[in-house]
Amino acid sequence: MSMTGEEIQRLLDVVRDTQAVEIDCDVCLMQVGEFAEVRLAGKPIAEGLKAIEQHLLICPECREEFEALCQAMNSIEKTES
Amino acid sequence: MVRDRDNDEWIKSLEAKGPIRESALADLREILSASLKSSLKSRSDYVDNMLDDFLQDSLIRILKALDQFQNRSRFVTWATSIAIRVAMTELRKRRWRDVSLEKLVADTNFDPVAEADDNMVPERRQLIEAMYRVINTQLTDKQRTVLLAEIKGMAQEEIAGQLGCSRNALYKLSHDARFRLKQELVKIGFDSQSFAVAFNG
Repeated sequence: MSMTGEEIQRLLDVVRDTQAVEIDCDVCLMQVGEFAEVRLAGKPIAEGLKAIEQHLLICPECREEFEALCQAMNSIEKTES
Repeated sequence: MVRDRDNDEWIKSLEAKGPIRESALADLREILSASLKSSLKSRSDYVDNMLDDFLQDSLIRILKALDQFQNRSRFVTWATSIAIRVAMTELRKRRWRDVSLEKLVADTNFDPVAEADDNMVPERRQLIEAMYRVINTQLTDKQRTVLLAEIKGMAQEEIAGQLGCSRNALYKLSHDARFRLKQELVKIGFDSQSFAVAFNG
């Protein structure tokens, strides 16, 4: 069985976005909360958080968790306000 | 009603003993319960009776990791990110636990001929062919396996488990494969401009 068009696209995406130095999923987890707060506040991404942004491009699982975190934060903010 | 606390108070309360700690744990559990319900409700693989286990495992993990909290976000945001990691890792494990990595890889190949598409722009076709050639000739069997399993969407925890390594060791293996692939493509003339042209096709 060969790869689907969508899978080939995903492969091209990750190869294009790969960097020589990257952080791993555990480092991402410890800082993704800060990244989510900055993003949801609409502030620019500071240099120190660029590695998180790049990791989220490469890692579909961390990206999925980041999206779920933003959803939870939005939902709780609505409840509080 | 959950009592509002600043970051320092959360940490001090969770590190305390007795009723102060119990009260903080109960409040954190309530916050995480609302967060997980909100973030998981649209998933077809989530059912409500999983929530208690997720919360229990999350609280254990958060308490163990308290010294890693760097005070760079709200404490509850950090704790929620850990709870989401715990819950989603478990959901992915359940989804992929009966899938054999060996079989998944054996059933798939990196065959450029099989992807032939007359409508594809030549730049894109050339890039895909070169990429497959590098994958087949320059990567190790293990690197090829990891790359393919990840592209197929297999859970990292499951790939790591079947390969007998940690999730972080798997990430390093995956990074080595992607970086080698990119380096080899650059070496044979596919730079960022080639990627841009191929993507637009």
